[in-house]
Amino acid sequence: MLDKELRSMIGDVKGGRMDRRAFIQRLAAVGLTAPLANQILALGGVAMAEGASPYKPTKRGGGGALKLLWWQGPTLLNPHFATGTKDQDGSRLFYEPLACWDPDGNMKLVLATEIPSTQNGLLAADGKSVTWKLKPGVKWHDGKPFTADDVVFTWEYIIDPATAAVTVATYRDITVEKVDDLTIRLNFKKPTPFWADAFVGATGQILPKHLFAEFKGSKSREAPTNLAPVGTGPYKFVEFKPGDLIRGVINPDYHMANRPHFDTIEMKGGGDAVSAARAVIQTGEYDFGWNIQVEDDVLLRLEKGGKGKTIYAVGGDTEFIALNFTDPNTEVDGERSSMKTKHPLFSDPAVRKALSFLVDRESIKKAIYGRAGRTTANFLNGPEKFVSKNTSWEFSIEKASKILDDAGWKPGADGIREKDGKKLKLLYQTSINGPRQKTQAIVKQACQKAGIDVELKSVVASVFFSSDVANPDTYAKFYADIEMFQIPMSQPDPAQHMRRYHSSNVATKENKWQGTNFPRWVNRDYDAAIDAADGEMDPVKRTALYIKANDLLFNDTVFIPAQHRLKVEAAANTLRPVISGWANETDNLFDWYREE
Amino acid sequence: MSQYVLRRLLIAIPSLLGISLVLFVVLALAPGDPFSELATNPNVPPEVAAALRARFGLDDPIYLRYLHWLSAMAHGDWGFSFVSRMNVDTLILQRLPATLYVIGSAQLLALLIAIPVGVYAATKPYSLFDQIANTLAFVGFSLPTFFTGILFILIFSVTLDWLPFVYTTDVKGTGIRWVLEMIRQAIMPVAVLGLFQAASMTRFVRSAMLDVIRLDYVTTARAKGLGQAKVIVKHVMRNAMIPVVTLIALQMPAVFGGAIVTEQIFRIPGIGSLLISSILSNDTPVVMAVTFVFACLVVLFNLIADVLYGWLDPRISLR
Repeated sequence: MLDKELRSMIGDVKGGRMDRRAFIQRLAAVGLTAPLANQILALGGVAMAEGASPYKPTKRGGGGALKLLWWQGPTLLNPHFATGTKDQDGSRLFYEPLACWDPDGNMKLVLATEIPSTQNGLLAADGKSVTWKLKPGVKWHDGKPFTADDVVFTWEYIIDPATAAVTVATYRDITVEKVDDLTIRLNFKKPTPFWADAFVGATGQILPKHLFAEFKGSKSREAPTNLAPVGTGPYKFVEFKPGDLIRGVINPDYHMANRPHFDTIEMKGGGDAVSAARAVIQTGEYDFGWNIQVEDDVLLRLEKGGKGKTIYAVGGDTEFIALNFTDPNTEVDGERSSMKTKHPLFSDPAVRKALSFLVDRESIKKAIYGRAGRTTANFLNGPEKFVSKNTSWEFSIEKASKILDDAGWKPGADGIREKDGKKLKLLYQTSINGPRQKTQAIVKQACQKAGIDVELKSVVASVFFSSDVANPDTYAKFYADIEMFQIPMSQPDPAQHMRRYHSSNVATKENKWQGTNFPRWVNRDYDAAIDAADGEMDPVKRTALYIKANDLLFNDTVFIPAQHRLKVEAAANTLRPVISGWANETDNLFDWYREE
Repeated sequence: MSQYVLRRLLIAIPSLLGISLVLFVVLALAPGDPFSELATNPNVPPEVAAALRARFGLDDPIYLRYLHWLSAMAHGDWGFSFVSRMNVDTLILQRLPATLYVIGSAQLLALLIAIPVGVYAATKPYSLFDQIANTLAFVGFSLPTFFTGILFILIFSVTLDWLPFVYTTDVKGTGIRWVLEMIRQAIMPVAVLGLFQAASMTRFVRSAMLDVIRLDYVTTARAKGLGQAKVIVKHVMRNAMIPVVTLIALQMPAVFGGAIVTEQIFRIPGIGSLLISSILSNDTPVVMAVTFVFACLVVLFNLIADVLYGWLDPRISLR
């Protein structure tokens, strides 16, 4: 599609006939800007640009205390055991990766000196290895030098199955070798288009070998450093109380010039999002509040004459309604929603199409998400480059009714449509969460008007997202007709996100419902596109494959996206935080400062 | 006496075993597991959660897990939290000071209000003072703490900006400044909890006093020519306190157990907030430990109450 044009543009940039900025702008014009736009250049032979830093202070320290409010406090400080992003956020105050992601999805160097590219020879042309140069002179907080051994050890630590590290997926298919004291090489089994996963961002935090060497594998729980981290980061560890408080002080030997700005840091946990917003925006007791998922009216009211404001970061998180392609009410071999069944209503594409006309995304945005949401027709909403322009959505009860009428679903005596004795009755489940219950109500109302009866069900989040095999109410078992939630996209690349719906990943009793394809949708074209994209080194073709995959999901109405959600944070008016939709909140902490 | 205490302690053992069994089974049968959050993260392969479940023994049959827990507990090993991988006893000890300070002060405040007000109201029933005290008590225990808590925050933190509403464990400063700051941040939670407790306790003290004050021996004491103060304090109060002691004794475990709602509102890192966050994340060892300690305290304080009866009223003999 854009293949030829892009190729000649890359050539222009390489030949110096076009500058990088103009290139990015041209890509934006054709809907191809974003984090991976830079990786296109990297693979096309032009080095990826490092994200610009907004950091202004000209000396280290002097910023006073930085008070952060995480309403779910971190409960442990080993990033590779993190049960949620909160633990990664806490660990990231002290530990660092080689590079991280800035708000535009550009790479920012932390412990590395150069962004790998084919031009500087650090990225292999076949995409099967990447070399990182480490910053010289970096010291751990206890004074020991940081070297390639630490990076290699971190990989060994994670891939040991007895360690049970949650980051193992990133590392188990690669090998890491030490080239010299300040150089490491990552080898991939097959061409890897997205090479910036291991040692980058929240899952890439590097552990000190000298403190963890004895606690690899089955002894991993006993490491005292799990609760008292020694890292290379901008702040040194002082105190940790799980779920309540983390304290740190400035690292006077930090490896970035003039950084960090604050003399001490405090991360307080507990409470709820609304009162966290109040403590930051209204009373100014805290400088920064994490993940402020609060109704927009409340935030707007707090912001009036307050001491802080909300800030937003765009990522790829999509709140979606998934349709079940199997029958949740028929049991086959002791398994409901079995692959041997077909959904009695959704096997008619007209019903699925009609349903997509009944989700009023504009009202959901207005009534619930406000500034923190965007309407979308796509399942894949980021990075920009991968967002399909071929889709559209509309809310129209008339159109939905017409589609159903044409397909032979006629209203019965009770006003509910039916065909061949099957009534259009749906069970709609989601987790208990204010915005979700309101969205359910909006969808239910529209469905009723179109003659579809919707029964709502809400399950406690810890049950809904549980992997407990004995539990009938999990999203993976999907004993309902439709269900709504979101799967966070944690890196600026769609590979992991899209692979979930490959037909080989269907959730069944056999794999204890651990398969990731919970709609149980099977489409050969989709499988082919995903398989091809996995090994495709040509960034343009790869992009096209993911856009195709998204469009297949759209055409089959596997998901009805309810909202593209943005990250919402609260910050004091004087604070200048750097928040990326593609990274954890504390990923760019070294660039935070306060403007007087 | 000592024989009585010993016998009571021995009787407590089977009941505590029974309690622990019920708690354990209920927790084990409850849906959800501590690694459910991992399931929603596409970066984490399902094998990791499965490996963790296997390693922490969550896949064993319930009776085996119970026996493991029981034998470890007998050795003083409370186990470790699945969520923070920290020993449960350290975790609880970390949370105990805040709870003891805030909830303890609240109970003290409640007693300091309830006993004088209740006693005075009972000596002059249906007087103006009694009417006012009664009305306020009704208002007090009709308003739930989550309501008064938020009301206090809106008035004293948001509007007046006098008091902080986020409780911090690492108060800046030393010496007198530290003390003042600790008091300042505890005023709201202590007031919310203390006034709520005081309200119901006042009514209780008043009715206990009224029951006793009409008895003949009180009239006899007055007829002997004893002063009002002496009659009330030495003769009436001592007898009226028996039911009050039961009430207070049963509330003492709550001092250690924390106040879930109030701790959540003011972000007090106490046992109550530990319990609720552990329940939400299905961290069974912590939930088990906190609830079991709570059960032990209830048994213990019941015993203390019984011993106190003997001292308050020598007619009650302990056999």
